[in-house]
Amino acid sequence: MSTYNFDYLDELEAEAIHILREVAGQFEKPALLFSGGKDSITLVRLAEKAFRPGKFPFPLVHIDTGHNFEETITYRDKMIERIGEKLIVGSVQESIDQGKVVEQKGKNASRNTLQTVTLLDTIAKYEFDACIGGARRDEEKARAKERIFSVRDEFGQWDPKRQRPELWNIYNGKIHKGENVRVFPISNWTELDVWNYIRREKIDLPSIYFAHERDCITRNGQLMAASPFLNMDDEDIVINKTVRFRTVGDMSCTAAVESEATLIDDIISEISASKISERGARMDDKVSEAAMEDRKKGGYF
Amino acid sequence: MNILKFFTAGSVDDGKSTLIGRLLYDTDSILADQLEALQSSNRKNDDGTIDLAILTDGLRAEREQGITIDVAYKYFQTDKRKFIIADTPGHIQYTRNMVTGASTANLAIILIDARNGVVEQTIRHSYLVSLLGIKHIVVCINKMDMVDYSETVFNAITEKYKGLAQQLHLKDVTYIPVSALKGDNIVQSSGNMDWYEGESLLHFLEKVDTDAQDKSQFARMPVQWVIRPQTEELHDYRGYAGRVLSGTFKLNDKVTVLPSGASSTIEKIEFFDQSPAEALAGQSVTIHLKDDVDISRGDTIVNASALPNESKLIEADLCWMDTRALDTSLTYFIQHNSKTTRCKVNEILHKVDINTLEKHTADEFKLNDIGRVIIKTADALAFDLYDDNRTNGSAILIDSRTNLTVGALMFRAAVE
Repeated sequence: MSTYNFDYLDELEAEAIHILREVAGQFEKPALLFSGGKDSITLVRLAEKAFRPGKFPFPLVHIDTGHNFEETITYRDKMIERIGEKLIVGSVQESIDQGKVVEQKGKNASRNTLQTVTLLDTIAKYEFDACIGGARRDEEKARAKERIFSVRDEFGQWDPKRQRPELWNIYNGKIHKGENVRVFPISNWTELDVWNYIRREKIDLPSIYFAHERDCITRNGQLMAASPFLNMDDEDIVINKTVRFRTVGDMSCTAAVESEATLIDDIISEISASKISERGARMDDKVSEAAMEDRKKGGYF
Repeated sequence: MNILKFFTAGSVDDGKSTLIGRLLYDTDSILADQLEALQSSNRKNDDGTIDLAILTDGLRAEREQGITIDVAYKYFQTDKRKFIIADTPGHIQYTRNMVTGASTANLAIILIDARNGVVEQTIRHSYLVSLLGIKHIVVCINKMDMVDYSETVFNAITEKYKGLAQQLHLKDVTYIPVSALKGDNIVQSSGNMDWYEGESLLHFLEKVDTDAQDKSQFARMPVQWVIRPQTEELHDYRGYAGRVLSGTFKLNDKVTVLPSGASSTIEKIEFFDQSPAEALAGQSVTIHLKDDVDISRGDTIVNASALPNESKLIEADLCWMDTRALDTSLTYFIQHNSKTTRCKVNEILHKVDINTLEKHTADEFKLNDIGRVIIKTADALAFDLYDDNRTNGSAILIDSRTNLTVGALMFRAAVE
């Protein structure tokens, strides 16, 4: 593939658009998994570039843990109104109410792992055959080997040993009934690429990505937003800090970083100089060295 | 700034993972928490320094066995370039993984252990690089620290390799003496080899010009999706969405649509909110034609004065990628760009012993086998030859029973 005359962001963008159009062409009922985070927001922009002035050939699906940052939900609803596309919400609270999952107990309780069940149920209910997600290979070691089209069995499982070879830019989306494919159009992007793209495209983001004052507590050496969703006790001391978030997950598992970065340029210089990887602020990855791989095998996105 | 995709061939023993780890480590691409995980790991070098190879060994099974068993992609950048590394295992049983990693790369690093020189696997890796049409090759002669940084050793290996390069028609080959373990000539130029006047590996990678990789300038765009809003205001809107895989399309260019053969002219090129005058290779765009021709996914829009081959019988190199052997009586799917049709492997012309490069006749094709075949497709494909146009000259075979990708095809000729 020739790369003259356009720079790396154009190249990454063109590749992602190509992948999104392959999804449209190869699947009957695809969906775009929208978390409200910067990566899925980037996917929405890429989908606009792939399909406008037509409609998206897929709905957006949000798996709502019920422990969201309020800012994310406000952003989501405003965005849906702007783009005029369909949104489907899968509720973790509903899965809990139906007894399909049990809320974790203890200080480190989080709904992060519970959302896998809600996700799989939502996929089954709407018979989605492809789910587009914003995962990137630079995030974590186990993700570095994930294909762009990654087949899941009917239990949502990923088998790292049975991945299909993926050659050139040919994506094999053929599946049996009950299986589905996870598709990662921005696999080859790094965190910095995403931020540079957001800056270039002037994409609006939820306010929690930027420095703001917030009541926090310290857990396992990390700053967590004080919220009713966190099991707090007398030992937890609430302090007001100027922070921002590098990823947007469930409030109970996403750590904040102290930051004065109020503008996107500040964030980009901060990340360029940073010595902590993005997922370093995710408590869910810290459980064991192979944490991510185990969760992916179990159907986690 | 552009992106260089490169792939590394070499076995565990050649220090391939260490080389990649060293590139990442010395370019400050490893972050504190990753480094911390690295330092707390039980795997250490004999002298107690951290084992950089762990950085690229992704999956648990691999960590347990201490080997790389798949393709892992790694990313780093300097102020000159962005890099994507496809890290593949080098042992013969992972030939399919190497073929996969090499398929998207525009440069290959071949690792040679200075103590052993050109060995069987060097021949194998170099053959795969030539098969997959990678134009730029860097031969890293590693473990120079184990041979006293000897120029004589380096020169002897270089001479030996030149013969192989000639045999395989590898033209652009660069030789660099390195020690991945000690960091010589990986990022910093080595102080241990004053006799070497070339650049360090990284400096070479930053500068190598890969723009001429795809020498075909003939315009091709496979249609992936037809955009038809069918709203009141856009009632007649019909845009053909796809990625230009080679050449350039300009406004008013005469084009042919294959397989129908219909002719038309480019009326408009769209890219989201822009209407550029041309669409270049690599760009994902939407094209509008002046005439109302019937076009759907799987069709290809091409420059009317430079048509590709159109044939149902194609001679191709095949790499078999499945544990289930090729069955010449079976119908497979073939996926070529956005088109999928059925096909059979009509004839096995020869197989290649990739350790010796000898060709021999064969009636079976098993996992990791490579050779020349003739395929017959249900619908004709509009293709170019792989050496002229990688993207339009390649395809995959899919087993219709398992849906697995079982073969990689590189088109070598249309059979009359």
